[in-house]
Amino acid sequence: MLSGTVVVAASFAYLLVLFAVAWYGDRRAEQGRSIIANPWTYAMSLAVYCTAWTYFGSVGRAASGGVWFLPIYLGPTLAMSLSWVVLLKMIRISRTYRITSIADFIASRYGKSHLLGGLVTIIAVVGMVPYIALQLKAISSGYSVLTGSDDSGVFPFAAASWFNDGTLYVALTLALFTVLFGARHLDAAERHEGMVAAIAFESVVKLLAFLVIGGFVTWSVYEGFDDIFTRAFADPELAALLSLKTASSAGYGGWFALTLLAMLSVIFLPRQFQVTVVENVNEQHLRRATWLFPGYLLLINIFVLPIALGGLLYFGRGTVDPDTFVLSLPLAHGERALALLAFVGGFSAATGMVIVETIAVSTMVCNDLVMPLLLGIERFKRSNHPDLTGLLLGIRRGAIVVVLLLGYLYFRLAGEAYALVSIGLISFAAVAQFAPAMLGGMYWRGGTREGALAGLLAGFVVWAYTLMLPSVAKSGWLDRAFLDYGLFGLEYLRPEQLFGLGGLDSISHALFWSLTANIACYVIVSLARVPTGQEATQATLFVDVFSRGQDTPATFWRGSAQIQDLQPLVARFLGAERARRMFESYARERGVARIDDLKPDAGLVQFAETQLAGAIGSASARVMVSSVVQEEPLGLDEVMDILDEASQVRAYSHELEEKSQALEAATAELRAANERLKELDRLKDDFMSSVTHELRTPLTSIRAFSEMLLDDPEIDLKDRTRFLGIIVSETERLTRLVNQVLDMAKIESGHAEWHNTDIDMRELVGHAVETTEQLFRDRGAVLELDLPDRAPHLRADRDRLLQVMLNLISNAAKFVPGDTGVVRVRLTCETGQLRVDVTDNGPGIAPEQLGVIFEKFRQGGDQYSRPQGTGLGLPISRQIVEHFGGRLWVQSRPGEGATFSFVLPLPPEAGDGPDRAMT
Amino acid sequence: MAKKILIADDEQNIVISLEFLMKREGYEVSVANDGDEAVRRIRAEKPDLVLLDVMMPKKSGFEVCQEVKSNPELQSVRILMLTAKGRDTEVAKGLALGADAYMTKPFSTKELVERVRSMLAER
Repeated sequence: MLSGTVVVAASFAYLLVLFAVAWYGDRRAEQGRSIIANPWTYAMSLAVYCTAWTYFGSVGRAASGGVWFLPIYLGPTLAMSLSWVVLLKMIRISRTYRITSIADFIASRYGKSHLLGGLVTIIAVVGMVPYIALQLKAISSGYSVLTGSDDSGVFPFAAASWFNDGTLYVALTLALFTVLFGARHLDAAERHEGMVAAIAFESVVKLLAFLVIGGFVTWSVYEGFDDIFTRAFADPELAALLSLKTASSAGYGGWFALTLLAMLSVIFLPRQFQVTVVENVNEQHLRRATWLFPGYLLLINIFVLPIALGGLLYFGRGTVDPDTFVLSLPLAHGERALALLAFVGGFSAATGMVIVETIAVSTMVCNDLVMPLLLGIERFKRSNHPDLTGLLLGIRRGAIVVVLLLGYLYFRLAGEAYALVSIGLISFAAVAQFAPAMLGGMYWRGGTREGALAGLLAGFVVWAYTLMLPSVAKSGWLDRAFLDYGLFGLEYLRPEQLFGLGGLDSISHALFWSLTANIACYVIVSLARVPTGQEATQATLFVDVFSRGQDTPATFWRGSAQIQDLQPLVARFLGAERARRMFESYARERGVARIDDLKPDAGLVQFAETQLAGAIGSASARVMVSSVVQEEPLGLDEVMDILDEASQVRAYSHELEEKSQALEAATAELRAANERLKELDRLKDDFMSSVTHELRTPLTSIRAFSEMLLDDPEIDLKDRTRFLGIIVSETERLTRLVNQVLDMAKIESGHAEWHNTDIDMRELVGHAVETTEQLFRDRGAVLELDLPDRAPHLRADRDRLLQVMLNLISNAAKFVPGDTGVVRVRLTCETGQLRVDVTDNGPGIAPEQLGVIFEKFRQGGDQYSRPQGTGLGLPISRQIVEHFGGRLWVQSRPGEGATFSFVLPLPPEAGDGPDRAMT
Repeated sequence: MAKKILIADDEQNIVISLEFLMKREGYEVSVANDGDEAVRRIRAEKPDLVLLDVMMPKKSGFEVCQEVKSNPELQSVRILMLTAKGRDTEVAKGLALGADAYMTKPFSTKELVERVRSMLAER
C-alpha cells in the first residue's frame, strides 16, 4: 500500500509537469513556433479518445467478456481508415465558416438556428456528464486501491461529507487547469495550442504506463504471452471466456452495434471534434493520423487480455474488481513504484479527457446556450457596452466549473452503481444521435431545421428512455417497475425490449431504436418542407465546401452595412485591439490602405460575421450582425437564383473557354491556310516570272534578227538565210511554249478535257515509235522496241498518253549521242499495272538534277547539249500519268544513260484477263 | 585600236545576234556561254565592256558582276546587263551590284548599239 500523501504528491507533481508542457506550448504558439503543428502531435492528441475508461475499463471488460472489449477500438480504426474523407470535409467546413463546436456546426448548417444549437448542447451536456463522472470515479477508485483505503475499490475515499471528499478537489483542480489553458483568452479560431500539447503529452504518458504494466504482468509475473494463455486455457472458466462463443454471445448484431457506436463516437464526441477538427492546424496532418491513431489504439490494446487473464488467474474470480487489475497486480507483487506509475497513467487518461471535454462542452454552453439567452434580452443586444470579452470568458469559465461539478454530482449520486464501461457506452450512444444531422448536413441538401430538430429530439428521447432511465432505475433512484412491465404497464413499452424487440444487449437495443427514430424523423420531417433560403444557402455552403471558393458566401447577401457599426460590434466580443488587427489584415488582403476605406459590401459583412462566429457561435453572430446592418432577407427562390446564376456563370465561362479554344484553333488553321496561299502565290509569281523569261528569250532573238535584216539589206545571202531560219525556229519555240503553258494551266486547274477510251498500249507505244522514227534517222540513232505478245486494255485519254510517250522518246532522242545513240522502249505487264520504260545511252543525269527535272522550266543538260525545249514537257507528262493513277519516275547515273519509266494501273476487272485484249 | 567586248549568254541565238551586231560596229568580240567562263574570260582578256546575261548556268550574271566589280584590277571593265526578267527589283539589284547599265530583253538593236557606243566613249 502507498500512503495517501505520496499518491497526492505524485498527482500534483504530474499536474505541474502538465502545466509546464501546456505553458511551453502556449509560449511557443505566441512566438509563432508551434510545437503542435506536426502530424505526430496531432495523432497523439486524437488519442484523447482513450480515457480512463480504456485504461482501467478495457481490462474489466476483457475479464468479463473476453475479446468483447475490442469493438470499442475496432470502430475508431475503421472510422479513421474509411471515413477520413468525412473528417476532412468537417475540418474544411469548420475552418471556412469558423465553426468551433458540434452544436455550432449543426446550428449553422440548418440556417443558423439557436434552437438547434441549444438542443445539441443539452444533449452533449447530458451525455457527457456521466462520462466525466466516470473519469472522476476512475481517479478516486484508483486512489483508494493504491492507498488501501477500501480494498473492494467500489466506494472510494469513504468520505463522510462532500467537503471531505478528495474527488471534489480533484474536480476543482481540473477545472482550474482547464480554465487556465482552455479559457484564458478568447480566440476567434478557438484554438488552444498549450492544451493540445498537454493532451498529446498525456497520451504518451498513458500509453507508456500501460505498456510498462502490461510488460510487467506478461514477462515478470508470468513468463510471456504463451504462459498466460496456456494457463488460461487450462482453466475451464477462462477458456470459455477466450472462446469466440463468448465473444459472439451478444450476437453479431451486438458486435456490429458496438463497432458502429465506436465509429460514430470517434467522429462526433465533443472532445474528438475539438481535437480533430477545431484544433487541427493543417489538413495534411489528418492523412498521417489515419494510420498513426489506429496504430496507437493497437499498441494500447496489446496487453489488455494478458492483464485481464493474469489478474483473473492470480486473484481468482470475484475477489478483486477487474477494473483495478492495472493497479492491484503490481501492488500484489510489492511493486509500489510500478503501481504509482500505473496510477499516474490512469490519472493522465482521465485528466486529458476531462480537460478537452469540458472545454468543448463549455464552448457549446457559452455560444449556443447562454449567448442566445443573453441576446434574447433586448437590453443586452442594444447595450453599448464596448467590450464583452470579459463577459464571454466569464461564461466559459463558469461553464467549465459547472460541467465538472455536474460530473462530480453524478459521480456522487450514481457512480457506484455501474461499471466503467457501461457508463461510457451510455455517453457514446448519446453522441451517436448527432450522426444523422451531421452527416446528412454534409452530404444532403434537403435537410431542414425542423428535420434536424425532430431527429435529434426523437433520438434523444428514445436514448433517454431506453438507456439513461434504466441505468438510473438500476441504480435504485427510480422505481424499477417500468423496466419490467413497461411504462403505464404497457408491455411493448418496456425500455429494454421496446416493441417486443428482445435478444439484444441494452446498448445495441437502444442504439437501434434511437438511431431508427432519429433518422426516420430527420428524413421524413425534412422532406415535408422545402428548405428556406437561409437553409438552402447553408446547405450549399456545407455540401459543396470543396468545390466553392471561400468568397462565395458573400454572394448570398443583400443589404447595406457600415464599417463604423461592424468594427465596434466585433470589438465588443473580441476586444478592441484584436478587432482592429483583424480588420486591418482584412483591409490589406483587399488591397485597401485603411479600414475606413473598406467597401461595406457583402464580403465585409461576411468577414465580420465569421470572426464573431468563432467567439460566440454562428447563430449568435448572425443575430448580432443583423442588428447593425440593414439587410433584406433572401427567399429560397432568390438563393436558388443566385446559385443558378453562379452555375450559369460557370457554364458560361466554360462555354467561353471552349469558344476561345475553338477560335484559337480556327486562327491557327487560318494562319496555315494563309501560309499555303502565300506559298501558292509565291509559286505563281515564280511561274509567271519563268514564263516571262521563257517568252522573252525567243522574242529577243526574233526581234534582234528581224531588226538587223531590216536595217541592213546588204547582208549577204548566207547570213540572211541563217537568220531567217533562226527566226522561224524561235517562233516555233514560242508557239510550243504558249501551247504547253496553256496545257499545263488547264491540267493544273482541273479544266483539262479527258476523252477516255479503251486503249491498247501495244498499239499506242508502237504508234509513238513510228512517229519519232524520222527524228532518230536524222540523228543517226537507233530505236529499239520491246513489246509483250499481248497486253490488257486500259481506259485513258489516248492523245494524252501519246503526248507522254512522245515527250519521253523525243527527250531520249535529244540526249543520245549522234552516231552510237540507242533508245530502247519496252512495255511490260505487271500485276495490276502496265509499265513502260524508255532507256537511253545518253550522258545521264547528275544526282542533284534527278529531283528537279520534273519541276517546271528546269531543263536537263548544259548549255551545249541543251535541247530545244520548253521545260514543261516532263511536268506535264507526270501530271498526265498521275491523273490516271500512275507514277512517272527516272533512274539514272551520270555517264550511264537514263531510264524514264511510268506505270499505269489496270482496271480491276481487266487485271487478270489478258484475253480481254484479244476481243 | 578596236575595243574589246565580251558577250556572256547561254542562248546561242542571242549570242549569234549580239556577235553580229558588235562585229558590224567594229568591236573585237569574244563569247562566254556560262557564268564561270565569263569570269575567266574577263580576268584573262580584260574586255572594255561585257554584255552580261543574268540567267546563266553555273554562275548568274549578278554573281559575275559582283566578282568583277570587287576586283580592283578589273575596275575599267564596263558592264551592261541584259535580262529577260524585266522586274524593277532585278534592275535595282543589278545596278546596286555595280552594273554600269541595264537593258531588258527583247531590246532594240539600235538602242543597244547606241548604249554600247556611249558607254565606251565615256572614257
